[in-house]
Amino acid sequence: MIIKGRVHKFGNDINTDDIIAAKYLITTDEQELGRHCMENIAPDFSKKVNKGDIVVAGKNFGCGSSREHAPRALKGCGVSAVIAPSFARIFFRNAINVGLPFLESADAGKINDADLLEIDLAAGIINNLTAGDTYKTEPFPGFLQEIINDGGLMNYMRKKCTK
Amino acid sequence: MGYTIAEKILMSCAGKKSIKPGEFIEAKVSLALGNDITAPFAIEEFKRAGFNWVFDRNKIALVPDHFTPAKDLKSANQAKILQVFASEQKIKNYFEVGCMGIEHALLPEKGLVSPGDLVIGADSHTCTYGALGSYAMGVGSTDLARAFIDGKCWIKVPASIRFIYKGKPKKWVCGKDIILYTIGNIGVDGALYKVMEFSGPAIDNLDMDGRFSMCNMAIEAGAATGIIAVDKITLDYVRRVQKAKNKTGKHRLKNLDLKSDAGACYDKIYEWDISRLEPVVACPHLPSNIQPAGKLKGVKLDQVVIGSCTNGRLSDLRIAAQILKGRLVKKGLRLIVIPATQKIYLEAIKEGLARVFIKAGGVFSTPTCGPCLGGHMGILAQGERCLATTNRNFVGRMGSPQSEVYLAGPAVAAASAITGRITHPQEVA
Repeated sequence: MIIKGRVHKFGNDINTDDIIAAKYLITTDEQELGRHCMENIAPDFSKKVNKGDIVVAGKNFGCGSSREHAPRALKGCGVSAVIAPSFARIFFRNAINVGLPFLESADAGKINDADLLEIDLAAGIINNLTAGDTYKTEPFPGFLQEIINDGGLMNYMRKKCTK
Repeated sequence: MGYTIAEKILMSCAGKKSIKPGEFIEAKVSLALGNDITAPFAIEEFKRAGFNWVFDRNKIALVPDHFTPAKDLKSANQAKILQVFASEQKIKNYFEVGCMGIEHALLPEKGLVSPGDLVIGADSHTCTYGALGSYAMGVGSTDLARAFIDGKCWIKVPASIRFIYKGKPKKWVCGKDIILYTIGNIGVDGALYKVMEFSGPAIDNLDMDGRFSMCNMAIEAGAATGIIAVDKITLDYVRRVQKAKNKTGKHRLKNLDLKSDAGACYDKIYEWDISRLEPVVACPHLPSNIQPAGKLKGVKLDQVVIGSCTNGRLSDLRIAAQILKGRLVKKGLRLIVIPATQKIYLEAIKEGLARVFIKAGGVFSTPTCGPCLGGHMGILAQGERCLATTNRNFVGRMGSPQSEVYLAGPAVAAASAITGRITHPQEVA
């Protein structure tokens, strides 16, 4: 899968309350969650973000609560992928399970706000079309790749249970 | 060569003869937990995928504790989804308002977690049960939906970090201070994807409530879970709660040696003497932003909250009441005390603690996660500042993005409620 989009840059330790504040956890509607994405730290984010845009952040992205509403809010407001040097453990699970593409890249710091990126997810390659750079990331291990290829954990389970 | 406690439990639950960090396993869970925020997604996913019945109605716990008693129509509808699902699936461990408590205080108290168990919960503070020598980890709603189907969970086996605490803690230093001190030292991702194994003489002497507080906040250092080896304190607790539940007096202890082997491998080992540690406070906006309480005298407060899955247990209320007895909270400050479960609530009434809080001018409420996550029962206005015995002080966590949350143990919280500013307990006690 190839993803192309503009970068919205964030700092280190972006927590799940930043991504979606608890007061909005009263719905399972991704679009509705998306309207409040990043509201506490970037009030205009959901208005500024265009479908396909990419979030690039610092270390430990998604720390804090287990709320799956966080990756779903990102999906809901049109974010196509997240790139960070490291992800918090539960956010990592949730992103895999709900099919939000993300890449762990030590080069995330070299990417600037509003850069245009093209990502080859399967190959783990990030092309920075603005800077003219290419960053390579480690591909996911086989087991996770299988869940990702199936489009999330429930699709994976459905396939497994009908075999 | 040997294994850590965490590795032993994962090995047993995955039915394997050997295990190593980094490996992916599919493990059988002993209990799968969801609440009114996370279970609705799980139930929706479970149904959408076309499944009809859960794998085992006795191994699922549903606790509507976050926005309950329902704070508004939307949260009432969320809680309703749990109630309907629990009734249709005949889920044994569904706890309605009235029997409900904060999940991570409630499940141990009900004897639903045993040493050696693998517990997954769609709530990040599920790691609390590591205090019982179980492997307990927070997961997402889809993980919970999957567990509904076949009772399993995928896990990337984490390496462990060992923390050895030496020395006798000073008066007023509790489990909360030790874990805040730890997070302050290693940072909010200092144990990212690792197990934090707490050990040493100071832990051997720590009571269960203090152990729960410590394991509860392992997630705040990015850990997969916190865990403490099973000893007499654990076993006495488990026997007591499971006896109360099961009239035959039988409990479900597993035949596992729930201590790490001498030759177990650790990613890192930290050894700290905590005998000189003073009560600490985590300042905005990260739990790692630690200062000694005594150095924050100038910080004025609008609200103090005592409660949550971190510090809403009976011993926390006892410590707070000991300081507040015969005193009044500072004029203009709001004190909100929330016992974590109905049982703790009743005990607090019986012991006269509730009377102390109310006479002091505080609120004493029914169990709920409420203010901790900015849900209800104590939301902060713009520019307000709160000191809470809760676990997170992120921007806007308890209300307005222009409010501030400081984290501390119950002694600092009670002392600060009296003076209206952050206070070392020795100043008022």
